Amino acid sequence: MFSNELRSQVQYVDVLVVGAGPAGMAAAIAAREAGVDNLLVLEREEHMGGILRQCIHNGFGLHRFKEELTGPEYAQRDIDKVQELGIEVRCGTTVLNIDENRFVTAISKEKGVQLFEAGAIVLAMGCRERPRGALGTPGSRCAGVYSAGTAQKFVNLEGYMPGKRVVILGSGDIGLIMARRMTLQGAKVLACVEIMPYSGGLNRNIVQCLEDYNIPLLLSHTVVDIEGKDRLSGITIAKVDEKRNPIPGTEQHFDCDTLLLSVGLIPENELTQQAGVTMSPTTQGAVVDDNLQTSQAGIFACGNVLHVHDLVDFVSAESFRAGKAAADFVQGKQRKGRYVDMKDGNGVRGVVPQRLLIPEGETESVQVMFRPAAVYENATVVISAGGKEILRQRKRIFTPGEMAELTLKPDAIQQIEGDTVTVDILV
Amino acid sequence: MKIIIIGGGVVGCAIARQLSRYDADITLLEGGVDVAEGASKANSAIVHAGFDAKPGTMKAKLNVDGAKMYPQLCKEVGAPYGRPGAMVLAFLPEERATIETLYQQGIENGVEELRIIERDEILQLEPNTNPNVECALLVPTSGLTSPYELTYALADHAAVNGVQFIMNAYVNAIRKEENGFVLDTSKGEMRADLVVNCAGIGSGELHNQLSPRKVKLIPRKGEYYLLDHVLPLMFTRTMFQCPSKMGKGVLVSPTLHGNTILGPSAEDVQDATDVSTTAEALALVNERSRMTWPALSLRNVITTFAGIRAHEENGDFIIGAVEGCPGAYETVGVESPGLSAAPAIAEMLVGQIASENQLPEKAEWKPAPVRKKPFYAMTLEERVEAVKENADYGAIVCRCEQVTEAEIRAAIRRPVGATTIDGVKRRTRAGMGRCQGGFCSPRVLEILSEELGIDPTQVTKGGGNSQLLVSTIAEAMGKEEA
Amino acid sequence: MERQITCINCPVGCRLQVTIEEGQVTKVEGQSCKRGETYAHQECIAPARMVTAAVPVADRSVPVSVKTRTPIPKEEIFNCMKQLSQLTLNAPVHMGDVVLADLCGTGVDVIATKTVE
Repeated sequence: MFSNELRSQVQYVDVLVVGAGPAGMAAAIAAREAGVDNLLVLEREEHMGGILRQCIHNGFGLHRFKEELTGPEYAQRDIDKVQELGIEVRCGTTVLNIDENRFVTAISKEKGVQLFEAGAIVLAMGCRERPRGALGTPGSRCAGVYSAGTAQKFVNLEGYMPGKRVVILGSGDIGLIMARRMTLQGAKVLACVEIMPYSGGLNRNIVQCLEDYNIPLLLSHTVVDIEGKDRLSGITIAKVDEKRNPIPGTEQHFDCDTLLLSVGLIPENELTQQAGVTMSPTTQGAVVDDNLQTSQAGIFACGNVLHVHDLVDFVSAESFRAGKAAADFVQGKQRKGRYVDMKDGNGVRGVVPQRLLIPEGETESVQVMFRPAAVYENATVVISAGGKEILRQRKRIFTPGEMAELTLKPDAIQQIEGDTVTVDILV
Repeated sequence: MKIIIIGGGVVGCAIARQLSRYDADITLLEGGVDVAEGASKANSAIVHAGFDAKPGTMKAKLNVDGAKMYPQLCKEVGAPYGRPGAMVLAFLPEERATIETLYQQGIENGVEELRIIERDEILQLEPNTNPNVECALLVPTSGLTSPYELTYALADHAAVNGVQFIMNAYVNAIRKEENGFVLDTSKGEMRADLVVNCAGIGSGELHNQLSPRKVKLIPRKGEYYLLDHVLPLMFTRTMFQCPSKMGKGVLVSPTLHGNTILGPSAEDVQDATDVSTTAEALALVNERSRMTWPALSLRNVITTFAGIRAHEENGDFIIGAVEGCPGAYETVGVESPGLSAAPAIAEMLVGQIASENQLPEKAEWKPAPVRKKPFYAMTLEERVEAVKENADYGAIVCRCEQVTEAEIRAAIRRPVGATTIDGVKRRTRAGMGRCQGGFCSPRVLEILSEELGIDPTQVTKGGGNSQLLVSTIAEAMGKEEA
Repeated sequence: MERQITCINCPVGCRLQVTIEEGQVTKVEGQSCKRGETYAHQECIAPARMVTAAVPVADRSVPVSVKTRTPIPKEEIFNCMKQLSQLTLNAPVHMGDVVLADLCGTGVDVIATKTVE
């Protein structure tokens, strides 16, 4: 990959972590605690913490810390730990390329181009928001249309308001959180518009971000026109049918100067693809095994770059496992056994991991995560292999907004026959 | 001699550059916040070979001449140019006659290397084409450019040779007086000895103020889809469709940056400033594009946009001296293939202006400023050197398109520099990728505010009242001043 | 008095019909578990919310984020935001610093959740 002249500048690192958000920090902490000394974290922003830095609302950490923290406070606990462990983190450093041999190119103002060869790599780049263009919403391309996260950055990190009269499209949690934030900071939020017949956000956020402030949630509605010459002056919304097509005659107009979009998150996997990693079209992240290892040996992925999570607590938990697995890899702790594929069945989207090792000898529990394809009440999730049920769990409700999580215990794993495991929701 | 060029589109800027070879006091007035704000920023980016225009028309001659000038011109000014070729597809047996007509027309217009090819060869050259294709006109000389990057490069070259650019100077009215022209502009009254009207869709109105022979321009809107370049290119050539009873047909084409463009629709509209997209037109573009490319998926669409073309009712360019008004020159009704013809239009019209007004040539005409290769196109070795020379190359601002802080600052500091988020975007590609500026726009805004010395709340997306931020949080919450 | 509220304890989001008489919850209907009843009592008698905000810092380009140390009565949210809006902090501010004591007489302090040097 590198010319001879550049080759001499390559620095060897045992474990290289890409990203110092909650996923990257947890992976780095786990790798160091597992005994990896030669460890480096690269972060493109000027600070550690990732998206948590701008999530100034509370509600983080209930699972992991058993207390309710704001985003910056949650991040700070990991930052403190990273510093306490003396882990080297290079901020302001963007990774430009990763190849299948784990050669990595990065750049920063301070150190210029930096070349690494890594024993193992943990990918923890997070995700990005789906932009307006991807929706194909017609209308003017005026100023005043932002993704909710961009608006959140302007308000919470830079201290500027992107608008005064706001409509929010999409009822994902970021959209709901921004409805409350804009209201509290002095703007008027007119409505939150959701194309689906249900909200993608948590009930708690619907109550505390919308209902508390009398902001209407309009389900099965979408934006059909965006108006404004220079700056947004108004939008038109309409009700949609079951196929999500706007129903003529149901149009409703709002005078507003701002439209915030909270219409989905996409794992940021450009580097992953450069490294030749096999991708899942469902999660839009890498295909991984129960060790969070991708199809390329020694390259691991965790957090929102792997699949979009609902809670940061789960991101941290998953990333600790990835960091530990990366450490095991460079320390030559090889796992032996046979692999089986895990497949999405009825009502299940994006099972992670997609591959499971049935080890010879001792086994550990495996966390299986997925998103329900729709809302299912009083349903049962069943994991089966070779026509045999290995796990059955009943739940009061499954919703796409909430990640479903199951634990496959060692005895269940040892029962697996055949080469495919299927996860189904039975109503 | 004081010369005013009205309009900073690709034609106005090409004329400004060409005129800057001569000793004259030249000013270009642009009504928008930047050059390339009208049709020049939103079109198909095709350098047409010239088979499409009726033989004997101004369009035919200038298109073929212009297209031949492109490779050299783009090299001189530092604008992108490529020649991937094109095909015009026929899907019905009766369309074969149209293909033959286009072929004949092309030969007459002087287009080289044209060939009619059959299904097998079409599918061999472009395997993703609809297998129901009948035959096609193969056009190896069809090219591509980036219309706004070319316009910026032409403007820069004109500026280093003394042309003054004034933005936000919309010409409301123009009149001829005894000793020259008086222009009523949004920046006040201005005077000139000679005027060149290149006002795009507004050029008809200015023409009618100067000439007894009236013209009528019809604003024609075209809407497009743009697909992300993460997708491998499904077509290496520009794929046109035969004009048929089904309508004009749309094109599916690669861009020079590896994106795929679909469009345009064609709709005559009342409001020449309305570049909003509509559900109907986009649906039509989608449907017609599928004719060429049945496997098209809109999953990788990153944006949709619309442009306005200035269609003259008689269908040809009007280029030359304004009839009945000495000292006034014009380029009116420059719609497609206007981009392709622009270099030839400039050469022809400036030649006429120079000889009719005995303009002396300058002793020295400076070459266009040399611009660094974009970071995304640099080799690793070039990147190592670039960041050693200027540390700002080490800060990637736009992660989708890999645009650095150094390039964003350079775009603002160019001779005709960016002053808006969109201006930075079109000069550097920051914000043109998958996230459409979601991540980088706050930082681009900050850099613009620093470089231009203005408050962040004054930075606009595209001029006028398109500010991105309305106030500080303290102001929004009604903080009472101490 | 009858009130309709949504339970926030889990994604089911039961619609609860709550009967309130003389300031006391006398009946809760619609819940599918015990937590719904507890929530109804708390939400109808003394609803409380944690409030977070971004507050400007003098001579710094970045604001500091703050939160109420404990939830405050829901009806005080806007009064509290009004008081917070008059605040400009002076750097340095450290995470955990009390930036405003006894917000609007609620007895609750506002603390910084971020450090701005």
